[in-house]
Amino acid sequence: MSAAMDTESTYSGYSHYSGHSKKAHRQGRDRHKSPRSKDGSRSEKSVTIQTPPAEPLLGNDASRAEEGQDDNWGETTTAITGTSEHSISQEDIARISKDLEDSVGLDCKRYLGLTVAAVLGLLVFLTPIAFILLPQILWRDDLEPCGTVCEGLFISVAFKLLILLIGTWALFFRQPKADLPRVFVFRALLLVLIFLFVFSYWLFYGVRILDSKDTNYQGIVQYAVSLVDALLFIHYLAIVLLELRQLQPTFTVKVVRSTDGESRYYSLGHLSIQRAALVVLENYYRDFTVYNPALLTASKSRAAKHMAGLKVYNVDGPGNNASGQSRAMIAAAARRRDSSHNELYYEEADHERRVKKRRARLVVAVEEAFTHIKRLQAEEQQKAPGEMMDPREAAQAIFPSMARALQKYLRTTRQQQYHSMESILQHLSFCITNNMTPKAFLERYLNPGPTLQYDRDRWFSKQWTLVSEEAVTSGLQDGIVFVLKCLDFSLVVNVKKVPFIKLSEEFIDPKSHKFVLRLQSETSV
Amino acid sequence: PSHHNTEYFLSFSLQQRIEIHKLRQGDNLILGFSIGGGIDQDPTQNPFSEDKTDKGIYVTRVTEGGPAEVAGLQIGDKIMQVNGWDMTMVTHDQARKRLTKRNEEVVRLLVTRQSLQKAVQQSMMS
Repeated sequence: MSAAMDTESTYSGYSHYSGHSKKAHRQGRDRHKSPRSKDGSRSEKSVTIQTPPAEPLLGNDASRAEEGQDDNWGETTTAITGTSEHSISQEDIARISKDLEDSVGLDCKRYLGLTVAAVLGLLVFLTPIAFILLPQILWRDDLEPCGTVCEGLFISVAFKLLILLIGTWALFFRQPKADLPRVFVFRALLLVLIFLFVFSYWLFYGVRILDSKDTNYQGIVQYAVSLVDALLFIHYLAIVLLELRQLQPTFTVKVVRSTDGESRYYSLGHLSIQRAALVVLENYYRDFTVYNPALLTASKSRAAKHMAGLKVYNVDGPGNNASGQSRAMIAAAARRRDSSHNELYYEEADHERRVKKRRARLVVAVEEAFTHIKRLQAEEQQKAPGEMMDPREAAQAIFPSMARALQKYLRTTRQQQYHSMESILQHLSFCITNNMTPKAFLERYLNPGPTLQYDRDRWFSKQWTLVSEEAVTSGLQDGIVFVLKCLDFSLVVNVKKVPFIKLSEEFIDPKSHKFVLRLQSETSV
Repeated sequence: PSHHNTEYFLSFSLQQRIEIHKLRQGDNLILGFSIGGGIDQDPTQNPFSEDKTDKGIYVTRVTEGGPAEVAGLQIGDKIMQVNGWDMTMVTHDQARKRLTKRNEEVVRLLVTRQSLQKAVQQSMMS
């Protein structure tokens, strides 16, 4: 009953507008909006009842419900790194708090892992040498003399150790490019395997050789060689597990940015979710255009206008019937004649025209400016020594003639915060040095480029959160969805498996390519 | 002017016998229609046939006031026989030759037509 009355009250307000022109309609709408803050004003065109401030509209309700959901949801997902469960409204505070917490916690974890691996590696490397040297040190006199075969084995051990050293350096000694939330499963497995392996060798050596003081030196050296061989095989296993297995593409991954819907597809092999997230992020900085919040204001204002036109009044009493209110709002919104699509269309057409005009002016201005600069040839250097300038000075000389057009263009396309005057001058002198044409200089400003192109410190997000319902160390499967959140937006990643392809062959004999002419002639008799 | 005879067969193939008297134009004897089709032609391009694999000879045009029109030949007719010669399995050129024999002044065609069934029904009812 109250819902019907609600819709009727709003609808009757609008029935006054149906006959008016567009201008009056807009004015009337604005007037309808403002009484929200005033106290019970009664204009002849709108029926306003003062709403108590505690009465939430649909928009507030939804966000609050979401926050509540967020709190519980944070506990069941494996989202780590910083504070992921609570969303704080003020961005500055969020940024500062996250920075503080992460700089302390994660570094410890990372360095601990590195030191363990380094110590283990050193131990493993020195073990064969120790196996060979210990008998010489401890019971040298009892040892059998080392024959030719034995000395040959020394050379083999030395070279194998060298190869192992180079291989390990190539494979493992790399700058860690990211902090992953969980331990890298395969690496941990390999470290454990190596540790057990070397431990068992030492155990055997200790019991059978050191204790009994075995005199067969060749046997001892062969034992050391077998250890090095086994280590090389473990190194091979490490290559296959860590590097080769994920090279074959088995999954196609779709990445969509939540704020503007820009999407890309990538091919991945068998990876864990956290490593896949890493790959996606590395490609994000190169492939996606830079995130520009200024471009989103248009759609936000449209959404606000859409919601502001309707108000729900609860006539029956202070009961909080949220679902009833939302249903009433949706019904009223569906019924009223909305011309916002018209506005959008004309706005966009206008904007297009403006951008094209400004772009034309900019291109002309830059072309004119570039004609003033000419590269000085060697012979001409002697002729006109007074006018010589280095690229920076040349850039500063021609910059004023195009600055205004460039600034206007950047303002129209809302890119002005990405380019400071210093960066523009630098780019200009770079282009002049490398003999680029005006079009090459402008390429950077006419199209929004990937985030890599801009100043790293400002635009690279330092903190990403991986939100996933499955464990982040589990492998990719078909249908998995995970989200990479940073402060301003999030990337939704959808994993799909590449289908099994059945390829069959069909042989066509080249001699079978024969053709017939098919006519339909008509003859008059 | 010749008039056509309509004959009813007990089988379901409704056929009509048409007698055309050739008209002399200069040195040639003309019948006043055009044919299409043949076993060496593409049957799928025939607009008049019901079955698109039918390689028979069809009448594609009838000149106004010509001997064929006067005799009652209509566009879309399929020619089954000419003077007793079968025309369902001939090449286009063979069909042309059989129709344009210089020593024949009259040709008797056996044609079949899709609209004949309706004509039979109408005349049966009246």
